[in-house]
Amino acid sequence: MVSLAIDFSKPVVPNEDKRWKIVDATMRRLGHQPRALIETLHTVQEAFGYLDEDGLRYVSASLHVPLSRSYGVATFYHFFTLKPAGEHTCVICTGTACYIKGAAQLLATVQQDLGISPGETTVDGKLSLLTARCLGSCGLAPAVVYDHQVSGKVLPNNLREHIAKWMTHEL
Amino acid sequence: MNSEELDQIAENENEEQKKFAHRINVCVAAGCLSCQSQEVKDAIDSEVKKRGLEHECQTKGVGCMGLCSEGPLVSADAKLLYRRVAPDDAGDLVDSLKGAPVSRLLCRTDQPFFQKQKKIVLENSGNIDPERIEDYVAAHGYSGLIRVLSEMTPLQVIEEVVKSGLRGRGGAGYPTGLKWSTVAKAVARNKYAICNADEGDPGAFMDRSVLESDPHRVLEGMIIAAYAVGASEGYIYVRAEYPLAIKRLKTAIRQAERLGLLGGNICGTRFNFHVDLRLGAGAFVCGEETALIASIEGKRGTPRARPPYPAQEGLNGQPTLINNVETYANIPPIIRNGGAWYAKIGTEKSKGTKVFALAGRVQNTGLVEVPMGITLREIVFDVGGGIPEGRQIKAVQTGGPSGGCIPSEFLDMPVDYESLAKVGSIMGSGGMIVMDDSSCMVDVAKYFMDFCMSESCGKCIPCRVGTYQMHELLKNITNMQGASADISKLEELADVLKNTSLCGLGQSAPNPVLSTLRYFGGEYRAHVDNRSCTAGVCGSQEVKP
Repeated sequence: MVSLAIDFSKPVVPNEDKRWKIVDATMRRLGHQPRALIETLHTVQEAFGYLDEDGLRYVSASLHVPLSRSYGVATFYHFFTLKPAGEHTCVICTGTACYIKGAAQLLATVQQDLGISPGETTVDGKLSLLTARCLGSCGLAPAVVYDHQVSGKVLPNNLREHIAKWMTHEL
Repeated sequence: MNSEELDQIAENENEEQKKFAHRINVCVAAGCLSCQSQEVKDAIDSEVKKRGLEHECQTKGVGCMGLCSEGPLVSADAKLLYRRVAPDDAGDLVDSLKGAPVSRLLCRTDQPFFQKQKKIVLENSGNIDPERIEDYVAAHGYSGLIRVLSEMTPLQVIEEVVKSGLRGRGGAGYPTGLKWSTVAKAVARNKYAICNADEGDPGAFMDRSVLESDPHRVLEGMIIAAYAVGASEGYIYVRAEYPLAIKRLKTAIRQAERLGLLGGNICGTRFNFHVDLRLGAGAFVCGEETALIASIEGKRGTPRARPPYPAQEGLNGQPTLINNVETYANIPPIIRNGGAWYAKIGTEKSKGTKVFALAGRVQNTGLVEVPMGITLREIVFDVGGGIPEGRQIKAVQTGGPSGGCIPSEFLDMPVDYESLAKVGSIMGSGGMIVMDDSSCMVDVAKYFMDFCMSESCGKCIPCRVGTYQMHELLKNITNMQGASADISKLEELADVLKNTSLCGLGQSAPNPVLSTLRYFGGEYRAHVDNRSCTAGVCGSQEVKP
């Protein structure tokens, strides 16, 4: 028989990982309210690098939000990613200033050399190609972020060299 | 905290700084940081130590000095400016304090880039350490707040803002004083004050620089606004892509709370105001106020129909004041110097100054603050230093994806809200991209349409489907497969989007297309009729080396 009683038990943490404690702390700070959803997803992504199904289920249950809404939020905002990133990430800024100064050529270079589109990772998991709307480094256009390090006035050849070094373990 | 205590802090700080005979400021805002300015600062620190000058020379990390393209920038003794400083130059710089300046790094400060600017919002930027509240207080910080709390009623504060003629710096230019009085008049148990720091416009970085260089100024403006409208809680909605701004804001909030300038019973009065940060997650539409509120409530950032306006029914259904970073940053000087002082700057209908992020095909790229009414020519050719490589200017783009391209024949037009609207563009939040003859205007229009298409939230059909169809048409034209009927289809769709979309994103999405059609129609026709692109951008798919 189906029980109609409301379940007040705390949702079960997906696994033993200690990082869930950080996520719990964020939710506690914001009183486990549904409105804490975006802040909590930020914490999950910061701790784990991406949002997976287990994480979304756990956050939904903890904040009393339908899974559909968590999934909706996670896919609506560009900042959230549902896939783990590669070993290295290369973010190409496609803001207006960078576009005027040749960001499209940078993007085409990577796409041509590695055969991946923005948002994808190479098959060997080495490199993820991402685009950013604007890094705010417009004075240094075109800008590329190599593993969190912003580099300005990038030419297609610089980009090729940097990626080649990653691929051959020089960096 | 009262006026005497604040003066004491300022005096202590000034005493402290007087102990140093020399001062080296290193820019540690985002632009310079990405050309290793932190390494430069560390190198200078260690050179100072090596020479045993710790008690004579103070090195300070400061906010943006404006000329981002020449970074990392370092200023010595507040009079010399050095550009493109490398960590290896640190020794020479420290040695030069007692002798002649290092001429190979010297950057002239008498050039128009510096002379033509008027700094109000950015007055402290590049001079104070953004991570120390004492430094801000020493630069007259929080004296506006103290004055408001001790001498003025909320109504008087609003009157002063009305008198200043300040208009919203987020883009639309709604009079700030009017907005404040609407929220103040609303009757409710709870009111909110929100700072919109979701700078999604690609090619704009003014808000980021203000937050990174002078976070306390924005906080002070917000607290004054909260007092004026009767808000007790506030949120700063800032992009998650700006980690440095987030870090400095968090520090600023903590410091202000410690001094009793923020939190419960501010400065011993009955006024309470709590501020918290909310991180955006990369959605351009969240710059629209109702979408921003939805996002703070933890939902997808989709706008809703207005009225009711947030001033009547906003966050949690309560009256909510939403202003942009730069608007709040203008408040402390207005209170300090009076609304009449502010109203003297600028033009008849657009008062004060505006911060622009100058970028694109121009010699000096960076952050500039100019009085309203300055001409575009002065901004591009005097402040910006002209177009590099002897090329010809073609257009100036303002307002990002919601704005338009202004052709070079309007260069002598004054920059204010009305004049920009008249030529089919908008003031926008302050992105200003200069384009030369190497840019194809059809391609630029396609770029912005691509942006609007992927940023459309999908709630209303005109925007969701219209931006896609317009992008397809533009893609056809730039691939040299367009027909002349495509141009009239573009015009028709633009009209539908403009008049039937739910929010500002869809209503303004056709602007880049309409303005380029209006002024550069010949380029569209060349693509369609002759299959040629004068700038040589379109048609070819191969990558140039």
